[in-house]
Amino acid sequence: MSASSPTAPASDALPAIRPDRLPLLLIPVLALVALPLVKSFSTWVTLTFAGLAMGMIIFIIASGLTLVFGLMDVLNFGHGVFITLGAFLATAVLGTMTNWTGRDSLLFNLLAVLAAILVAVAVTGVVGLAFERVIIRPVYGQPLKQIMITMGGAIVGEELIKVVWGPQAIPLPLPVAFRGSILFGEAAVERYRLIAVVVGLIVFAAMFWVLVRTKIGLLIRAGVQDGEMVESLGYRIRRLFVGVFVTGAALAGLGGVLWGLYQQSVIPQMGELVIVLLFIVIIIGGMGSVGGCFIGALLVGLVSNYAGFLAPKVALFSNILLMVIVLLWRPEGLYPVGKR
Amino acid sequence: MFRRLLSGDLPRSRVLACVLAVICLGLLFTPFVFPGARALNVAAKICTFVVLVSSFDLLLGYTGIISFAHTMFFGIGAYGVAIAITRMGPTWPAVAAGVGAALAVSLVLSLVIGLFSLRVKALYYAMITLAVATAFQTLASQLSDFTGGEDGLSFKVPELLSPGFSFSERPFLGVSLNGRLISYYLLAAATVALFLVMLRIVNSPFGRVLQAIRENAFRAEALGYRIVVYRTCSNVLSAAFATLAGALLALWLRYNGPDTSLSFEIMINILLMVVIGGMGTLYGAVLGATLFIVTENYLQDVMKLASHGFAGVPLLRDLVNPDRWLLWLGLLFILSVYRFPFGIVGKLRAKARRAT
Repeated sequence: MSASSPTAPASDALPAIRPDRLPLLLIPVLALVALPLVKSFSTWVTLTFAGLAMGMIIFIIASGLTLVFGLMDVLNFGHGVFITLGAFLATAVLGTMTNWTGRDSLLFNLLAVLAAILVAVAVTGVVGLAFERVIIRPVYGQPLKQIMITMGGAIVGEELIKVVWGPQAIPLPLPVAFRGSILFGEAAVERYRLIAVVVGLIVFAAMFWVLVRTKIGLLIRAGVQDGEMVESLGYRIRRLFVGVFVTGAALAGLGGVLWGLYQQSVIPQMGELVIVLLFIVIIIGGMGSVGGCFIGALLVGLVSNYAGFLAPKVALFSNILLMVIVLLWRPEGLYPVGKR
Repeated sequence: MFRRLLSGDLPRSRVLACVLAVICLGLLFTPFVFPGARALNVAAKICTFVVLVSSFDLLLGYTGIISFAHTMFFGIGAYGVAIAITRMGPTWPAVAAGVGAALAVSLVLSLVIGLFSLRVKALYYAMITLAVATAFQTLASQLSDFTGGEDGLSFKVPELLSPGFSFSERPFLGVSLNGRLISYYLLAAATVALFLVMLRIVNSPFGRVLQAIRENAFRAEALGYRIVVYRTCSNVLSAAFATLAGALLALWLRYNGPDTSLSFEIMINILLMVVIGGMGTLYGAVLGATLFIVTENYLQDVMKLASHGFAGVPLLRDLVNPDRWLLWLGLLFILSVYRFPFGIVGKLRAKARRAT
């Protein structure tokens, strides 16, 4: 616009982008639609809570995957390894702390689980660093090789886990105080699901805060939008990426602990089994979008719980069905990310 | 004549030619040289996987598309034969009907998946096919009236192929001449025929275009080739060959279930075979499939020995535990992707080029 005169009062503020809140509505709408179908209110509350808990755990696992993709176009097919590793570390840590987990005291139980989480997060973070260095760095920008090499990383990782812990399933019982349900009126909500929801909300809030309020978060978001521009401004996007990758791996480890406790047993294949679900979630959310990933994860959790109750046969395909419906509405996912 | 049979695509390396000749002769004389059911089963598996892996190479190595739904088509072929025979009885028309129906289903599915999703980037295609394959696997295990569910289907094959049929009382060179032998040689003949057809396809002008798309899709498009059309064609062709491979497997095993033809593990195995053998050359598929299956079946014996040897060393003992064979092949796979992207065949050919 060469016509605009330099004397015109220049407003410093950019026109505000109207936030797109429509996808946020999906969750309450879905829950309300399910209510008349489920018929019983108390069952509905139980199912909704189960769905939210599952969704939160999936979100914790998938958030790293979507950010890593958004930042560097790297889709890690080996992400499942971090989940499995986290869960197996939890069995090891909680297995040695039976006198804390066996006591009927919420404090000691929480401390034990916290210890498991800390170990899992630390170890998967370090493994993530090594994974990035050895597996992913040599094949940046070569999508075909990247898919294959991360797949190879997943195979080797799974086999190594089998070497350490053996191929069989290991039970991961909930600490005593986490067992059982709390009654809200007639609706029974499992305690552990409540805890999972709380942990999920804390992680989401923390992540949201980092992404929106800190400089690093600003750089990450800018990098997802346009990495080259961020680099030309003098920031090392590679280093940022390594940080995000390690965080993503650590979050997957945390998610693995929660998921293992949710299932109450862990198998070496658990990561591989979840990865398809993760892909569905990040496609629904829009590849690279954390907000979209959050909504996608909750939707997937809710839909699979409602469908599991209403029509168990359909439940096996409900996630794919959900993905197709969302993509028909918004072909690039709920929150399409700029450059794609 | 020979050159024409191989569509002008000779091994171009003396070592490679020797290895291929050894594999062919080995497969040809397996029933006589290596007695016992196990060797014959391994050889038959190598044959079907040569077809399957070659068809995957058509997609991955020649066109540069990575799909995780390849075992879906393999499974369709196997289920097609299994279901048709269970319903219609062990007759040749039933086999033909099964193969025909399976081919039709594969054709439609691959066409739909291709047209819808080959426009997008490689990553999206990989994810979409992964999701579709998972859904299909669930579907197959759920429709238990039709597919036998998790247990799968055991069935009889046409009389000519069944072990009970024998065409000569006297054993020849110590091998009883029965339907199993006929089955094996029919399987081997089908493998050779399908392999040569695929070799013809990749060395045709059409195959050239596929390779151009792999190297630089944008430039190929600029030269006037509709890449979506070519990619979809490649997808459909490879699905068709995978279906035929599945049908061969089912006829050989006289059984089909989710674990033998649909599981994700097989998908990973095929990927490993293509990459270790050499992408972008069908001989790589032969080498990869043979190496992998022989390793799968016999490396475990070697590892068992090693495991006994290291019985006192805790970690090492677990690393060479016979169940961990996939670990070593996985490492070899990663190494291949880094160090020799064109696999063993690429390495051999490069060596031959340097020598001249």
